[in-house]
Amino acid sequence: MEATTVERAGTVTRISGPMVSATGMPGVAMGEIVRVGRAALMGEVIRIDGDTVFAQVFEDTAGMGLGEPVVGTGAPLVVELGPGLLGQTFDGIQRPLPALRELSGDLVGRGLSAAALDRDRTWAFAPQVAAGDAVAGGDVLGTVQETATIEQRILAPPGTAGRVDSVVAPGAYRVHEPIVELEDGTRLSMMQRWPVKAARPAGAKLASDRPFLTGQRVLDCLFPIALGGTAIVPGGFGTGKTVVEQTLSKYCNADIIVYVGCGERGNEMADVLSEFPELQDPRTGASLMGRTVLVVNTSNMPVAARDASVYTGVTIGEYYRDQGYDVAVMADSTSRWAEALREIASRLEEMPGEEGYPTYLAARISEFYERAGRVVCAGNGEARQGSLTLVGAVSPPGGDFSEPVTQTSLRVAGALWALDASLAYRRHYPAVNWNRSYSLYDEELDGWFREHGPEGWCERRRDAVRLLQRDAELQEVVQLVGPDALQDAERLVLEASKLIREVFLQQNAFSDSDAYSSLEKTGGLLDTVLVFYEKCRALLDDGAMLDRLLDLPVREDLARLRDAPSDGFAARKDEVIAQIRAMAAEAAGK
Amino acid sequence: MESMETKPSGGGGARDLLHRQYWDLSYVSGPLVFLKDGHRFATGAILDLVLGDGAVRQGQVLETSTTHAVVQVLQGTQGVDIERTSVSLRADAARLGVSRDMIGRRFNGLGEAIDGLPPVLPDEELDIMGAAINPVARDKPRDFIETGLSCIDGFNTLVRGQKLPIFFGAGLPANRLARHIVRHAATKSDAEEFVVVFGAMGITEREAAFFLRSFGESGQGARVVAFINKANDPAIERLFTPRCALTAAEYLAFHHGFQVLVVLTDMTNYCEALRQVSSAREEIPGRRGYPGYMYTDLSSIYERAGRLRGNRGSVTQIPMVSMPDDDITHPIPDLTGYITEGQIVMSRALHRQGLFPPVDVLPSLSRLMNNGIGEGLTRADHRDLANQLYACYAHGRDIRKLMSIVGEDALGDLDRKYLQFAQEFESQLIGQGDVRRTIDETLGLGWRLLALIPKEELTRINKDLIDRYYCEIMEDGVPSPFVG
Ligand SMILES: Nc1ncnc2c1ncn2[C@@H]1O[C@H](COP(=O)(O)OP(=O)(O)OP(=O)(O)O)[C@@H](O)[C@H]1O
Ligand SMILES: [Mg+2]
Repeated sequence: MEATTVERAGTVTRISGPMVSATGMPGVAMGEIVRVGRAALMGEVIRIDGDTVFAQVFEDTAGMGLGEPVVGTGAPLVVELGPGLLGQTFDGIQRPLPALRELSGDLVGRGLSAAALDRDRTWAFAPQVAAGDAVAGGDVLGTVQETATIEQRILAPPGTAGRVDSVVAPGAYRVHEPIVELEDGTRLSMMQRWPVKAARPAGAKLASDRPFLTGQRVLDCLFPIALGGTAIVPGGFGTGKTVVEQTLSKYCNADIIVYVGCGERGNEMADVLSEFPELQDPRTGASLMGRTVLVVNTSNMPVAARDASVYTGVTIGEYYRDQGYDVAVMADSTSRWAEALREIASRLEEMPGEEGYPTYLAARISEFYERAGRVVCAGNGEARQGSLTLVGAVSPPGGDFSEPVTQTSLRVAGALWALDASLAYRRHYPAVNWNRSYSLYDEELDGWFREHGPEGWCERRRDAVRLLQRDAELQEVVQLVGPDALQDAERLVLEASKLIREVFLQQNAFSDSDAYSSLEKTGGLLDTVLVFYEKCRALLDDGAMLDRLLDLPVREDLARLRDAPSDGFAARKDEVIAQIRAMAAEAAGK
Repeated sequence: MESMETKPSGGGGARDLLHRQYWDLSYVSGPLVFLKDGHRFATGAILDLVLGDGAVRQGQVLETSTTHAVVQVLQGTQGVDIERTSVSLRADAARLGVSRDMIGRRFNGLGEAIDGLPPVLPDEELDIMGAAINPVARDKPRDFIETGLSCIDGFNTLVRGQKLPIFFGAGLPANRLARHIVRHAATKSDAEEFVVVFGAMGITEREAAFFLRSFGESGQGARVVAFINKANDPAIERLFTPRCALTAAEYLAFHHGFQVLVVLTDMTNYCEALRQVSSAREEIPGRRGYPGYMYTDLSSIYERAGRLRGNRGSVTQIPMVSMPDDDITHPIPDLTGYITEGQIVMSRALHRQGLFPPVDVLPSLSRLMNNGIGEGLTRADHRDLANQLYACYAHGRDIRKLMSIVGEDALGDLDRKYLQFAQEFESQLIGQGDVRRTIDETLGLGWRLLALIPKEELTRINKDLIDRYYCEIMEDGVPSPFVG
């Protein structure tokens, strides 16, 4: 750890779960990292009251007694940023879990430390500055091929200002070795540190007019978000939050994924760790793990570290954004983080707000989501743009969205992807409730979809929304008086929206052919369903019998079109549309 | 009363010298005693409380400070007075002595032998709180466990290393269901490596006898380790029981390579004890008075399931959770569901129809099902078939609801088919009784049920599979599930 000052060693005066207080530490600052107890557990100062300092401890305090030492480190919670982040699995305070396993075996021991970035490994550094160049924070000093597909741009840390005195020759260096020396004697290495609770500086925010594509039809079509946007995914247990976060990690159009498992299951992480290295990035063909960073603090790991984990994740995300990448940060689940805040607050005997959550919950949540955005990157050289998209799962007790974490997050997030237990019970996945969800980005994104999306995308989406809306109204009637009371045209609406729900909106995340749906497939599938509806509608207007139309065998082909892979989808779609037309012509002829 | 120290009480010995006694109780509330000083007790440490009459109880330090300490008394505080009760350190943490010889033994909720046999000679003394498994050390749970029940094997497949609770309302035959699972999960080829660890919290004498008898019947008598806290045993002990059980389970699985199935019942009693301690500490209550940290606390139990890389053993957990008022959104089932890898939900409606096991498959879920099924594991058609049966059943249930509003006459032909399907699905596939079905039998029956639905409707199943299975049934001229 950093230099410690003996003067600031205090003693433990109270231990209450993850909260420890100490006296005899004058000069210690809010947010400072302290080493607590004989085991030197890492903690963070969260309140100072006269001579008494309160710290939340990121490791289990069991076994600690009064009178044990507490030592300030003089530094806040920082993360190390540099080559070696991608493909790594960290705990909430950025200790690499594989290194901890080497130290303490299968169970996580206490008081372990391990550097986030491997100090022994060398990286081939290719300089991009020369002696005499002026450099400022954010400027690219050189590059390192970090993984097969991602080149890390080594940046001058924020706040740097000066002229280059000397640069190392291209070659292999370790992360902490100096690579650039400025005229004022400052030495820069490939690694920099950054305090996690502060947003990294960036230039101007850019418009939300490029889509964050997910390969999920219901999201891309009905509730798309922008690169740099934010979405929350609330839902009761088992409704599919984790599947959404993991599926997006696999198929979304970001360059870098930071996946934060905050207070959730160990087995889910085992799943990611066994699956991701095997999976290919759909855009580059390289291993998915090569663009992914995992930050994992499972539910049974210390609660205070949940607070650290979301900040660790978002800070790593910002670092890649600053390099000019599109980054997606997945946080599963933000509710567990909020609960950690609540637990610590109650140990401090703070005056609680709603449902026991601290009154600053809303401020913390909005600060967190505000770290998303698409920006002009800091730095003077060639202009770079980067983005950080944030998708946060929310786990409302009893699946009831009126609780504080959901409500607070809703106020700041740009989109709501509401998961619904009744859809999940029927295995309608993703269980996104189309009546309840929304996106605030959809209009801003229309321009992009018109230009780059499949033909007629915006119109088809509008048609689908209308049909679903009409369906919702008609369903109410049916529940009251039965389907017989409806006219044929209305019953056709029910049938068409059933197709939209079952063929278009449902998407099995475990299907080889359908887990990912390209924009072409998404647009094409919707178009096909709507063509079918419109043809039937026209026939009906010409006096055809609805029941005959519904028996048309093409319906089955239509349903199976969903399982046609994105590659070569267009041809399959054309076949089905031709079939629909032929049948319609035949039916009209009779 | 001033806190004071005295010489070690009689007996002497070097060890006792280290163990000072303190007489500084200030306050007794519910299961807790408060001391005027935290002394040097570590949190989690185990204390001896010596009462005025010489009786000794154990307490665990929950919180310490220079002005107070909070101690939960395992055997309860009845009869504790603040004048004459002393405390002294007994152990740095709650520990359980573990050994392979625990198999076949019976212990109380704190891990003390109650079967009349001499105490187990421990190989190791383990902290029952355990430690978190490093996520990178975990291996993916897999290996299908055939329970012999269609509702589980077919739709909510259990795999080794999973935690899959059973949610049930009062009066539903949850114990019978658990017995069935335990019996059959054991009759695998590797039966000799299989151990059941049973942790009972606050169950009645009758229930305890039922479980012990049924484990015995299944030929697993010698392969059970039981930790039993009965309804009339001290409530605070229940906070230790599941942890003792899991400590034993982990030891047997990860040191001796056993496949361990842990049955914990009833987690609701555990949570009540947790609430009791929380309210005595005057903590801000969360939903329905349960503490805000209950999620974290429960996860420190449920997360102790799984497999480790490079280790043969596994810990599979089946916690039994009674739902107060049949309410699945009650904090206990709710938080459980947020931690476990799915849930099996029992249904009063099916029970009333006399069906066993009365499991409602719609809200039930096994999240690890995909790890355990498919080609080479169960059968290639398993996933599609299960999805299709589900979809048909869910639709049939909707029709049933609709029918109750509009009457049967308003239903079309196809609707009636779905209605009948739902009926048969419940009575044939789910309500199998106590018989054991192989996975082949379950899937075969599923296909026969699908014969009730026109082929064009079965769009969730791959065409090749339809050709192979569905058409075969139709050709065989067995169009109804009643045959076979
Ligand atoms: N798109 C999908 N395709 C297929 N199955 C899905 C899909 N989404 C969810 N599921 C099913 O639902 C189960 C539960 O999903 P998931 O684990 O994501 O729930 P969750 O909302 O994260 O629950 P919790 O809050 O308890 O963590 C999955 O294991 C899977 O079986
Ligand atoms: Mg989840």
